[in-house]
Order: sequence, then C-alpha cells, then structure tokens
Amino acid sequence: MSSSIVTVAYIGATILFILSLGGLSNPETAKRGNWYGIVGMAIAVIATVFGWRVFGNGEIPIVVGAGFVFILLAMVIGGAVGLYAARTVQMTQMPELVAIMHSLVGFAACAIGFASYIDTSTVFATHAEHTIHLVEIYVGILIGAVTFTGSVIAFGKLSGRIDGKPLLLPARHWINLAGLILVIIFGKFFLGAETIAGGMFPLIVMTLISLAFGVHMVMAIGGADMPVVISMLNSYSGWAAAATGFMLSNDLLIVVGALVGSSGAILSYIMCRAMNRNFISVIAGGFGTTATSSSSAAAAPAGDVKSISAAETADMLSEAKSVIIVPGYGMAVAQAQHAVFEMTKLLRDKGVNVRFGIHPVAGRMPGHMNVLLAEAKVPYDIVCEMDELNDDFPATDVAMVIGANDIVNPAAQDDPGSPIAGMPVLEVWKAKHSIVMKRSMASGYAGIDNPLFYKDNNLMLFGDAKKMLDEVVATLKAK
Amino acid sequence: MPQVIGIPKEIFPGEKRVAIAPDVVQKLVGLGFSVQVEKGAGDAADIYDDALTAAGATIADSAAAIWSTSDIVFKVRAPTDGEVAQMKEGQALISFIWPAQNPELMEKLKEKKVTVLAMDAVPRLLSRAQKMDALTSQAGVTGYRAVIEAANAFGRYFAGQITAAGKIPPAQVFIAGAGVAGLAAIGTAAGLGAIVRANDTRAEVADQVKSLGGEFVKVDYDEEGSGGGGYAKVMSEGFQAAQREMYAKQAKDSDIIITTALIPGKPAPKLITADMVKSMKPGSVIVDLAAEQGGNCELTVPGEAVVRHGVTIVGYTDLHSRLAKQSSTLYATNLLRLTEELCKAKDGQIVVNMDDDAIRGFTVVKDGEITWPAPPLKLPAPPAAKPAAATPAAAAPAPKKSSGHGHGAPSEPMALKTLLIAFGIGALLFLLVGAYAPPAFLGHFTVFVLAIFVGYMVVWNVTPALHTPLMSVTNAISSIIAIGALIQIWPPGSPDRPNTWILIIAFVGLTLTTINMFGGFAVTRRMLAMFQK
Repeated sequence: MSSSIVTVAYIGATILFILSLGGLSNPETAKRGNWYGIVGMAIAVIATVFGWRVFGNGEIPIVVGAGFVFILLAMVIGGAVGLYAARTVQMTQMPELVAIMHSLVGFAACAIGFASYIDTSTVFATHAEHTIHLVEIYVGILIGAVTFTGSVIAFGKLSGRIDGKPLLLPARHWINLAGLILVIIFGKFFLGAETIAGGMFPLIVMTLISLAFGVHMVMAIGGADMPVVISMLNSYSGWAAAATGFMLSNDLLIVVGALVGSSGAILSYIMCRAMNRNFISVIAGGFGTTATSSSSAAAAPAGDVKSISAAETADMLSEAKSVIIVPGYGMAVAQAQHAVFEMTKLLRDKGVNVRFGIHPVAGRMPGHMNVLLAEAKVPYDIVCEMDELNDDFPATDVAMVIGANDIVNPAAQDDPGSPIAGMPVLEVWKAKHSIVMKRSMASGYAGIDNPLFYKDNNLMLFGDAKKMLDEVVATLKAK
Repeated sequence: MPQVIGIPKEIFPGEKRVAIAPDVVQKLVGLGFSVQVEKGAGDAADIYDDALTAAGATIADSAAAIWSTSDIVFKVRAPTDGEVAQMKEGQALISFIWPAQNPELMEKLKEKKVTVLAMDAVPRLLSRAQKMDALTSQAGVTGYRAVIEAANAFGRYFAGQITAAGKIPPAQVFIAGAGVAGLAAIGTAAGLGAIVRANDTRAEVADQVKSLGGEFVKVDYDEEGSGGGGYAKVMSEGFQAAQREMYAKQAKDSDIIITTALIPGKPAPKLITADMVKSMKPGSVIVDLAAEQGGNCELTVPGEAVVRHGVTIVGYTDLHSRLAKQSSTLYATNLLRLTEELCKAKDGQIVVNMDDDAIRGFTVVKDGEITWPAPPLKLPAPPAAKPAAATPAAAAPAPKKSSGHGHGAPSEPMALKTLLIAFGIGALLFLLVGAYAPPAFLGHFTVFVLAIFVGYMVVWNVTPALHTPLMSVTNAISSIIAIGALIQIWPPGSPDRPNTWILIIAFVGLTLTTINMFGGFAVTRRMLAMFQK
C-alpha cells in the first residue's frame, strides 16, 4: 500500500469513528455505531501494518520483517485478554473495567513517548521543529502518566481496594503547584539537553512527578464524584492519544484523540452540571472537598423514622396507581437489578404504571443505572431521566428509592448551608408516599444526613436491597 | 377601598347556573373583596341567598344595582346587549365570551371602555392555567350528565348481571371523542358497569381512555389528529372514509352512543348518519353533546329528545343547567382561582398584568382595547408521537433534540461575558501558535482543533441512558494509540537506532492497547445488546 492509500484509509477510518460516536447518541443506532468503530479500527490497523510512508524522496514500508511476528503476537495476547475480560465482567463492575482500560491507554502513551524519544531515526529540518517534537514528547508523557496512575487509583477506589473517602493532604493545592513548577523547570533542562542520555534524567523525574500527581488527584476525590472522574479520565486518555499523534506527526491519532478528548470533556461537563459543580475546578483536579466540610455542622434533622416491612411494601405498591423507582449505587452493590425488574413486571401486569427515575450521577459512572437496568431487561422507554419525570412526583402514589441517598436529598433545595446545596435532585418527597430501601441510617457518600428519612410521608425499608426485594416479589406473587 | 364583585342573575332562557358559590364568597372576602349578589340569582342552582349572606355576601335588589355599583362582574353566559348597555367605564367583566363567534359583542364591549376576561380564552397549554379552566370543568359536567340522560332513556341496566330471573348482558356504550366531556362520560359509564369503547382522532388519548376503564377503538388509517392546544383538527378524506366505516360498525354493536366531537369555530362533524341510526337496535340511545353546534348525528334536534327509527336521540343543549349546582360550584371555583391570580397582593384590588402569560391569555378587552387573540405562547411543544424516532433510517441523530433533553436545554446560550472571555483566550492562544509554530505543526494543529469541534457537535446530544456505552466505545477508540506502537515496532533501516529497547517498549504498549481495543468494543457490544424497548 502506498503512502497515499494509507492516508485515504486513515480518512476513511476517521469518518467511521465520527459515525461511531454519532451513532452512540441514540439507542436505535447505537449497535451500528459500535460496528462503525470496529471497522474503522480494523482499517486503521491494517493500513498501518501493511502501509508505506514517505521517507526522503521515496517511500518505505512502515513495518518490515520480524515486526509482523511481534505485532501478531502482541495482538493475539492483548486480544485474548481483552475479550476474556469483556465476556466475564459483571455489569455492576463496568466502572472498574472502564477505569482500568483508561490506565492502559495512559501507560501506552507513556511508553510510546519514551520510545519516540530514544528513536534517533527521525530527522528534523529545522531546530524549531526539533524543539516542538521534544515538547510534544514531554507533554504526551505527562498526560499519559497522569491518566495512568489516575485511572489505577480510580479502579482501586471503585473496586473497593482503596478507601473511597477523599484523602486530603494539608496544603494539597500547594503540593500540586510545586509539582507543576518542577515539571516546568525540568522541562527546560530537558529541552536544553545535548544528548538523549542527558535528557533522560529530567524526563524520568517529570514522569515520576506526573505519576504522583495522578495518584494525588484521584485520591482527593470522594466516591460520589466518581462519575465525573471516570468521564474526565476518559477525556484525558483521548488527549494522551492526541499528544502522541503530534509526537509522531500522525493525523489519524490527532483526530481520534481530539474526538475522544472532547467527548469525554463534554460528558464530564454534563456530569458536573448534574451535581452543580464547577467544570473548571474539576478539570484542574482536586475537587470534592465539600464532601467532608460540614457533616457535623449540619443540624441533624429532628423527627422519627418510620419503618415498614417487605410485605407492607408489597401491599402499598400493588395498591398504587403509579410508582416511580429511583435506583442508586446501592442497587448495583446488592446486584438487585434483576429483582427490581421482576417486581416491575409483576406490578405492570397488575396495571400499575411503573417508571424509573434516573439521576444523571446515580451510580459510579455516567449512565451506570441505565446499563444495569438494561441488563435486567427493563424496557428503556420506562426508564426516564430526572428532568422528564421530576414534575410528576406530586401525582405519584409511591416513590421507591433503592440504595440511593444524596440524589434524593431535599436538603439540596431547602438548606443553603448544605454541602450539596443547589445540586438538582429527584423530588421523591413530593410523592404521596416514599419508601427508602437502605441497609442502615448511614449517610451517603456526601457524608450528610438526609432529611427525607424523617418526613411524615416517608417509610424506611431496612435491609439488603436484594433480599428485601425478593421478599416483596414473593409477597406480590402470592397475591 | 376594596373593590366590589357583583354577580347578577343569568337572564339567558333556561340557564340555571350562577357564577358564585358560598365557599367562593368566603374566599373572595378573604382576599379583601366585598361581594354582592342579585336577589335570587342562585335559586335555580339551589344556591340560596341565605347561604351566600352567611358566607359574607350582601344581596342587591336588582340587576341594575349590581351593574352600577360593582367594579368586577362575574357571569356565566356572555352579556346580552341589554347587559352591556348597563356597564360602566373601567368595569371588569369575567364570563364566557366566545370572541371568535361574537365579533359584534366585542365591538360593543370595546366602546364601553371596559376590561373583559373570557373564561373560554383559557391558555390551555399553560399548566398553571388548569385550575382556571372552566371549559374543562363544565365539559366534565356535561360528560357525566350525558351518561345520566342516556341511562334515563335506556330501558335496561348498564351492568351485566346473572339473576334468578335470567342473564342480563351489560350495556354497550360507544363514546365518540375523548375530550374532557368524553373522558368524563367514559368514567361515568364504566362506573355504572357498562362496556365502554371510545374513539378520538388524537391517538395520544388512547392511554387516558384505558385509564378510565374504556377500550380505545382505532380508526384503521394513519394520520395524527392533534390540532394544537389540545383540540382536534379536521381530518383528510381518506381518514374520514375509514372513520365512517368504523362508526357504522360501532353503531350496529352499541346500545348507547355519546358523541362529543367538536372542532373549534366550525360546525360539528356529522359522524352518525341516518343510516347508522337505522342500523341500531330499537331502544338504543344517542346523546349528542354537539347539538348546539349542529350535532354529530344527522337526526339530532337541538334542545330536544326525539325518537327516530326506534332510537332516542337526546340533543339537549342545557346539560350544565340540568346539574346546575355542581356546574355553578365548579365554575365559581374557576373564577376564584383566576381572581387569586389577578390579586396576588390579597388587598382586594385586581391587577390585569399583561406580562403574565396566563392573564394575558384570558384578557380579550383591556380598557377599551381589543386584545384578542393573545399571541401564541412560547412553550416547548409536548413530545409529539415521535414518528421519526421509530424508523431506523434516522442515521443522523444529532439534530434530534427531543432525545437529548437530559442535560437541560442544549440551545441554552452561554452568558455573553463567558463567551467573550472564551473567545478572547482562544484568539490569544491561536495568535501565539501562529506566531511561533512552524508550518508542519500548523497543519496538525488545524486538524486537531477541527476534530475537537466535531467531537463536541457529535456527542452533545447523546441520551444519558447511553453514557456508559459511549464511554466504553470512546475508550475502545482511544486505543488508536496502537498506531504509534505499530509505527515504532520494527521499521526498516536506521542502524544506530536502539532497536531492542524500542521493540520491547512498543511491544508492551501494543499488547496493552490491544486489550483495550478488543475488550472495549466487545463490552460495548455486550451492553448494547441488552438495551431493548
């Protein structure tokens, strides 16, 4: 394949990737969108492996000889591991899987950056071009390293291997600032280095600082903010790919990296808006500080908590005309989505209008709840977004909260001093009755008490979500 | 000085309603108004002067006294010429007006320099206006009464029974038009135990019909009949043919037909022909709620109940007055809600605020200026039947905003200041890049910036339900970084290149990205396969 054919193949792949992202915006076209992505990726890889590139006045192949063997070997190993992971992962573990996959992209960006630096075969026409190339390597490795460790920590937090509470070092903003200054200083050393060996030291120091920064950034973030972190890391992995593209003068990498980067940034922006947080402060890292600021300061709401049994819950649900179910992370933890669906099916057969209200940041990654409900075969047309049904609560007989807390906290609207004040929430307390399924009275990730539990029309169903739902289903069946 | 609300007796022949109720008097007094009612105004509706005075109203001896001393007049029917003549400048009138049908009345009101709020001009699209929607409250009354009239004329039970004296089949009721009156009729008839079927040109009401215990009968023809504002529109010829066929079949099967089909400003559509009446079982009943506008049945005689071909056809036009206390109470409550909106300060003074969408809609004459019709409300269209979404041919979903309303209004403009700052920073950065970067870099930079925008445009409208699959597919796509490793792994030539090191690094990089590549696409596929309607 001549270099021109490789170029057109890249253009074709780019178009397919754009169509892929576009297709993913609608359930009707999403499956096709995924196929566009697969085909685009195949075209890009094949064109690169078998293609030629311009070199001097002529053209040379991109890969020769034993290279094919190594490529085949790498792809067989990687492909097998990837497919195995994709098949065996449970839908509740999707956030972890996505996080660890981001780290792979970050690591690859670092690796390619180092390889590109020690590669002496690239020739530059001018000094300026050489400098730019070095800057690109430096920035590429920086983003890659941050993405790598950030994603690993996110993975650890999501899978419970690391404590979900935010780790707040004293003067952490100063630590970050010092890191940034050091990175700039060593960047100057790096550009001034005469030999590759001389430049290697500042490069490695910078990489270590970046790795540390990635750890520090995500450690400082509380579990409830994970949807933002995941989509932000998604964005970072895109920018890492784009930086690699600049480094290697490869337009395909630049385009695709930018596509992924901007789409991830938009997703994080949407998440931020759903949580009423500032986008800029998120992108810069080190947010979620409000989470612990005033858990004790907030006046504990007074009043009694009324509890209810599973059988009584079943009675209430079957007597209701309309029910809105609000799922949260607790449903994912208890793996209760199938029980939820079974209950939904029974209620719908009885003529109850059951709908699901999904808060944009419910769960641990954007769209987490939708995926779980889809896995349990809940039809997606009864799964509604917050804005679609928030006005319907006053006309709803029972609002059932399953393992969610902060996203149904009325304090966000009523208490301007609350750490989550201003965050849009599902107004379950406006329904005629609300039932909250929870293991205990413990507070949510935001670490604040929920006045909802003390409202007159609220009932608590204590216990493991799956076990309780199974009991509800059994009672409903017996009727 | 509190304003005086006056309620004269309705003088339209046969009208028994009155625009007041004791509870409403009490609340109006609570708002700071004083209320005076003409002597005996509510007698026909069983709302007697004693009850009204007990609630805080005063009784005036004549209509003339009401018209001359009231600042605000509540009425049911539009005023007659004689009543308009008694009005005084600056007075406010709240009643049914029907401005489209009564242009002369509008002119006369204008000459009188009064302010008129028409209860029929309710802006129905505004959910806030529902509590003031007298059309709905009155239509509900007619729907209920229509069933009662039908039951009265019908010689059998509604509910099916099996008794010692034999089996009684349930009555078959067909309701044409599922507006407010139709829905009320469905609920009432179903409550009496009849089997109820209903039809409407607006397909979206099918669920409402079902919710009230009726069965929705579809016309076998594809056309959407919503004419905006919750009313129906005139349908095409092909549809009407299919509709006639369906009605003919229903006429044969039904014991009772209640027709409620009205199109605003037009004569009522003739749905039930003489032949259909002939085909009905003897003893059947038709109640025609559109009798005043000419009737949905060809044989209807407005204002009377007649028997044709053995079928009783009820064409009463005064169904409200046949349930006068209920309709008066509801109407008066609608008036109270409107008054509350007009008097937000609760100081007994009304303020006709033309900036308030609801008030603006009601007001048809303001201080001697005709302000009808009100400009259309700028409200988001209700999510229409989604005809396009069902066809998978919609390969370009980007402009489909309806699916993307999860993240607020995407068209919501950014604050001007933010926008200016963003443009300023952007311009500065571009200037720096342009001043120092070599041409080769600029080529890549162009591609980079454009790709960011493409990504932004493409992803902005994604439905929140697909956020996770979108992330996993973008994650898979970001393993395009494998290209970098492929380029480095074993290129030809370059003797002084530290090949082994590069090979190891590139090999590891490639293996890891391939995990991502295959895993990402596969898991996305697995997830998407689960999404189903």
